[in-house]
Amino acid sequence: MEVLLYTILTLCALGVLAAVILYFVAQTFKVEEDPRIDDVEKMLPGANCGGCGFAGCRGLADALVKNDDISSLFCPVGGGETMKAVATYLGKTAAEKEPQTATVRCGGTCEKRPRTNQFDGAKSCAVAASLYVGETGCAFGCLGYGDCVKVCNFDAIKINPKTGLPEIDADKCTACGACVKACPKLVIELRKKWPKNRAVYVSCVSKEKGAHVIRACKAGCVACGKCEKVCPFGAITIENHLAYIDPQKCKLCRKCVNECPTGAITLVGMDPLPKAPKPAPKAAPAAAAAAPAAAPKSVEGPATIALKASGTNPLILLNPKKAVMDSAAATSVAGNVVELKESGKNPLCLVRGKKAE
Amino acid sequence: MKTFPIGGVHPSENKLSRAKAIEVLPLPEVVQIPLGQHIGAPATAIVAKGDKVLTGQKIAEATGFMSANIHSPISGTVQAVDMQLNGQGLRQMMITIKREGDEWVETIDRSTEIKRDCNLEPAAIIAAIKEAGIVGMGGATFPTHVKLSIPPGKKAECLIINGVECEPYLTSDHRTMLELGEEMLVGVEILMKAIGVEKAYVGIENNKPDAIAHLAQLATKFKGIEIVPLKVRYPQGGEKQLIAAITGRQVPPPPALPIDVGAVVCNASTTYAVYRAVQKQMPLIERVVTLTGKEVKNPKNLLTRMGTPISALIEAAGGLPEHAGKVINGGPMMGRAMVNLDSPVTKGCSGITIMSGKDAERKTPGQCMKCAKCVSACPMGLEPYLLAKLAQKKQWDEMEAQMITSCIECGCCQSTCPSYLPLLDWVRLGKQTVMGLIRARMAAQAPKK
Amino acid sequence: MANKLIVSPSPHVQSAQSTASIMRDVVIALIPALIVSTIVFGVNVLMVTAISVASCVLFEYLIQKLMVKGPSTIGNWSAVVTGVLLAFNLPSTIPWWIIVIGAFVAIGVAKMTFGGLGKNPFNPALVGRVFLLIAYPVQMTKFPAVENPALDALSGATPLAAVKASTVGAGALPMQDLLLGNMPGSLGEVAAVALLIGFVYLLVRKVITWHIPVTVLGTMALFAFVVAATSEGADVTYMWQFPLFHVLAGGALLGSIFMATDYATSPMTVKGQVIFAVGIGAITMCIRLWGAYPEGMSFAILIMNAVVPLINKYIKPKRFGVK
Repeated sequence: MEVLLYTILTLCALGVLAAVILYFVAQTFKVEEDPRIDDVEKMLPGANCGGCGFAGCRGLADALVKNDDISSLFCPVGGGETMKAVATYLGKTAAEKEPQTATVRCGGTCEKRPRTNQFDGAKSCAVAASLYVGETGCAFGCLGYGDCVKVCNFDAIKINPKTGLPEIDADKCTACGACVKACPKLVIELRKKWPKNRAVYVSCVSKEKGAHVIRACKAGCVACGKCEKVCPFGAITIENHLAYIDPQKCKLCRKCVNECPTGAITLVGMDPLPKAPKPAPKAAPAAAAAAPAAAPKSVEGPATIALKASGTNPLILLNPKKAVMDSAAATSVAGNVVELKESGKNPLCLVRGKKAE
Repeated sequence: MKTFPIGGVHPSENKLSRAKAIEVLPLPEVVQIPLGQHIGAPATAIVAKGDKVLTGQKIAEATGFMSANIHSPISGTVQAVDMQLNGQGLRQMMITIKREGDEWVETIDRSTEIKRDCNLEPAAIIAAIKEAGIVGMGGATFPTHVKLSIPPGKKAECLIINGVECEPYLTSDHRTMLELGEEMLVGVEILMKAIGVEKAYVGIENNKPDAIAHLAQLATKFKGIEIVPLKVRYPQGGEKQLIAAITGRQVPPPPALPIDVGAVVCNASTTYAVYRAVQKQMPLIERVVTLTGKEVKNPKNLLTRMGTPISALIEAAGGLPEHAGKVINGGPMMGRAMVNLDSPVTKGCSGITIMSGKDAERKTPGQCMKCAKCVSACPMGLEPYLLAKLAQKKQWDEMEAQMITSCIECGCCQSTCPSYLPLLDWVRLGKQTVMGLIRARMAAQAPKK
Repeated sequence: MANKLIVSPSPHVQSAQSTASIMRDVVIALIPALIVSTIVFGVNVLMVTAISVASCVLFEYLIQKLMVKGPSTIGNWSAVVTGVLLAFNLPSTIPWWIIVIGAFVAIGVAKMTFGGLGKNPFNPALVGRVFLLIAYPVQMTKFPAVENPALDALSGATPLAAVKASTVGAGALPMQDLLLGNMPGSLGEVAAVALLIGFVYLLVRKVITWHIPVTVLGTMALFAFVVAATSEGADVTYMWQFPLFHVLAGGALLGSIFMATDYATSPMTVKGQVIFAVGIGAITMCIRLWGAYPEGMSFAILIMNAVVPLINKYIKPKRFGVK
C-alpha cells in the first residue's frame, strides 16, 4: 500500500514540476505575433503551393498583414474573391486579376512529331533539356517526361499516353504557376480563363524558321502570317518566326483557326467556324515554276495555294482535293507529301518541292 | 606507384585502337566550324558568305580574353555563316566552308623536321599560342593562353603534362605521345619557358608502357622533364586528380584553381599543338581523333581536320556497325551522346566511341540500397546518393552546403552503382542549378561594392 | 539506319554488379555455415532455413503485390538473404509457425512498412529474431544438446549462457569446438571457420569491405581483454582466452560479418562505419558481461542501427582539397 502511495505521489510531483518548467519555457520563448496573421491564413486556401511567391500560405498571410500596400500580392488559387475577402478584413485594397489557367503550347503529338532518337537518361524534362534537343527534331517543344505533372499540387496535369503531351484539367487548375516554372522549355503559359474553359491559342513555341519547323513537326507554326492578317482585333503578332495570340486582345472569333495551314492554332470548348467556300486562287506562277517535277499537270494551277520558298527545299502548300485528281498525280505527289490534313472541309497538303532554281 | 588519394574506379579499358598508327583522313569536301568550341565567349566571325579562305587562315577572332581564335582547316569558299545543328541536335553558329584544293597560308611551316630551339620571350610564346587558337584538347577546351597567363600574386612551381588518357577506349593522346613524342617534349620545354618553371612532369598511366619507355628515353635529352608512370585508375586525367597524384597537393574546392597549388596542367595533344603553333606557326586546325567501339570494323586513330563531319570518320573506320545504339563524342565515361552524326569534329573531340547492342542501353534502375559504393568511388569525397536525392527534391541550398560545386562530373558514382541509378543525371542538374544560383547571387552583390 | 540512336547523359558505362548479384553473393557466402550447421544439428536445419526463406519471399511478394502495388521485388534476392539470416538466428528445434511469424515481422514490419529494400532503418532479420526472442523466449532459447563433455553441466546451453551462469569457465571449451561448431546454439552462429570462409568470399567479390567486421570484433576483443586484465586473479592464459572466446562464441561472427554490414542499416562513410562498429562491439560486450541476456549482438546492432541516420548526417567523407 505504501509503495503504491509513494509511486502515485512521485508521479504527481514530477507532473507538476514538468508543467511548471514548461510554463516558464513557453513564457520565455513566446513569439508575439499579430493574431490577424492566423485569421488571414485561415481565409487562404491552405494549398501551400507557392504560387504567390511565398513558401506557403502563412508566408503570404504574414506579408498581407505586414505590408500596407498589398496590390502586388495575389493568391492565384483563391483568386479575386479570396483576395477581396482578405482585403476587406484587413481594410486594404487588393489587386484584381482575372482568372487564368495553364495552357500547354505544344501540339507535337507522337503522330505529328516523330521521334528521331531514344532518350535513356533520368526521366526528367530538366535533365533531357540540359543535355540535348530531345527525342524529336524540335528543340522548342514539349519533352513529355512530366516535370509539370510532378510539381502540380492539384492533380490538374496528366500526360496523355496517346499524344505524349501533358493535358491540363482547367477545372482543377488554379494557375499557381508551378508548372510554368518547372517546364525547362517554357511551353506552358498562364492565359486568361474564358467561361466554359474556352480558348484559342497557338500550340507551338518554336522559334525556328518555317522550313525547319515542318521538318521536325507537322503541327508546328510556320509563321506564314495568315492568322495575323485575318485577325480583326490585332491580337496576333509574329515574332521570331512564331505567331502569338495576345489573350487580352483575342475575342475568340476563331477566324484564325481555319486559316492555319498546319493546325497549330488550337481551339478548345467551341466548334470551329463554318468554312466559307473559298474561290480557288489563280495559278501562282512562282509555285508552278518551283515544283515542276513534283507536281504533274493535274496538280499545277489552282491546286497550289501557297509556297514557302526558303532554302534548297521549298515547301508547297497544295489543295489535295484539286491536286489528287488522278491516281498518277497522287503517286508522284505522295513521295513528297510532308503532311496531309484531312480534317475539315478544306484539306491541305504540304509537299516538298524540288530545288527552286 | 603514384595515384590520386580518394575514390576512383577502374572500368574495362577497351583500348582497341592502341596499336593503330595515326592515319590521315582524306580532306572533307565541306566543313562546318562552330564559333563556340571552347569554354568562354564564342569567337566572332571575320569572314562572310562568298569569301575565299586559305588553309590556316583566321576566320573567327577571339571575343575577349576568355575566348579563342578559329582558323580555316581547308581552303575554299565560305558558303554560310549561320545556325547549324550540332551533335546534340541544337542550333549553333557555324561557318560552312566548301573545299577547293588545299592551299595553305604561306607563313605556315608544314615540314616534319623537328625544330628544337625557341628564342621567344614568355610573353611572345603565349601570344603565339593565343594567335593559333589553342585550347585544351583533352575535352575541357579551356583556352590555353588563359591557363598560361599566371594571375598576379600567384606563382607556378611546376608544369604537369597530362598523358594519362584515363577514359576507356580512347587512344589519341597515347598515339600522339608515341609517334610525335619528341615534338611534344619540345612543346613541354616551350611551355616551361612560358610560365617560368624549371620542372615538368609527364603523367602517364601504366597501361601505356610503350609510351612511358619511349618518352623516358627521349626525356634524357631534355632538362627538367620527368616521366611519371601512374597506377591505372579513372579519373586520373582529371586536372585535380592528376596534380594530387603527381605532387601530392590537393587543389582546394572552387573557386580555387590549380595555380593555387603552383601547378599548371596541359594535355599531351595540346602540348604537341603548342609546339606546332610556336615553332611552325601552325594554328590548331587538325587533331587526332580515335574512332572506336567494340563492333567497329577498324578502330582507328585519324588525323582529322576540324569541321569534318563525324559521319566521314565513321565511314573511314568501316561504317556504322549494324547494332550501333549510341554514338558518343568522347569516351564512355564523360563523352556526350550524339543525335546528329553530320555534326563536325571540334577542338575538344578526342574520340568517337560507338556502343552497340546491350552496351548502348542503360539497365533498368532499381532502388537505392545504400550500399555506399558511390561514396567510396567519388574522387572528390562527395556523397552522390545524397546529392542526387537533394537534386530531385530541389533542395539547392543544402546541395551547396554538401559541396556540389566540387563535383567534376566524372561519372564514377553512376558507373559503380549496382542499382543502375541515374545518379550523375541528377547531380549534374543540381550542379548546373546551384552554379546558376551562385552566379546570380554574385551578380546581385557586385553593384553594391 | 534501322535503329534510332540512343541518347543519355554520361557516363555510358554501368557496373557489372547488380543488386541481385550482390544479394546472391551473400547467400553463397552463407552456404558453408549452413553445411556445418546441418552436420551439427541434423536435417532439421535445412527445414528451418527453407521455411524461413519461403515465408520471407512469399510475404515480400504478397505485400508488394497487394499493398505497395509496385513491380515485384523478389527478383533482387534480398528477401532470400533476410530469410537465410533469420533462420541462422533460430534454434533448429523451433516450431514452423514461429518461423513464419518471425518472417512476417522481418519482412512485413521491419522492411516493407518503410518502403522495402534500402529504406528500412533496422536490420529486418534481427527485428524478426528479437521479436521472437521476446515473444517466445522458451522456444527461442531451447537448443538441442550437442555431445560435448565441457558443457555437460548445463545441457543444451550455449557456451555464452554457460559462461554467464558460471557453470564453466571461458577457457573450458576447447578452441577447435568453437571453430568447428561443436556446441549448441542458433543455426548460423556455431561454426567460426565456415563464417570466416564466407567473409573472405564477400571481400573477394567486393560485396563488403573489411571495416565493419574487423572493427566490431577488434572492439569486442579489446573490451574483453581490458575486463580480463583488470579482473581479480587474472593470469596470462585467461587474458588471451577470454577475448578469443567472446569473438568466436555466440553471434559475434555472424552478426559482424553478415548483419552489421547490411547496406541499408550501416553508415555510408568509412569513418561512420568505424564509429558504428565500435558501438556495436562495446554494447555487445556490455550486454554479455553485465546484461540480462547471455548474448547481446542482435540488440547491439539494432541499437546502433538507430544511430545510423545521425552518423550519416554528421560524419562526412574526407572531401578532396579540404584540410
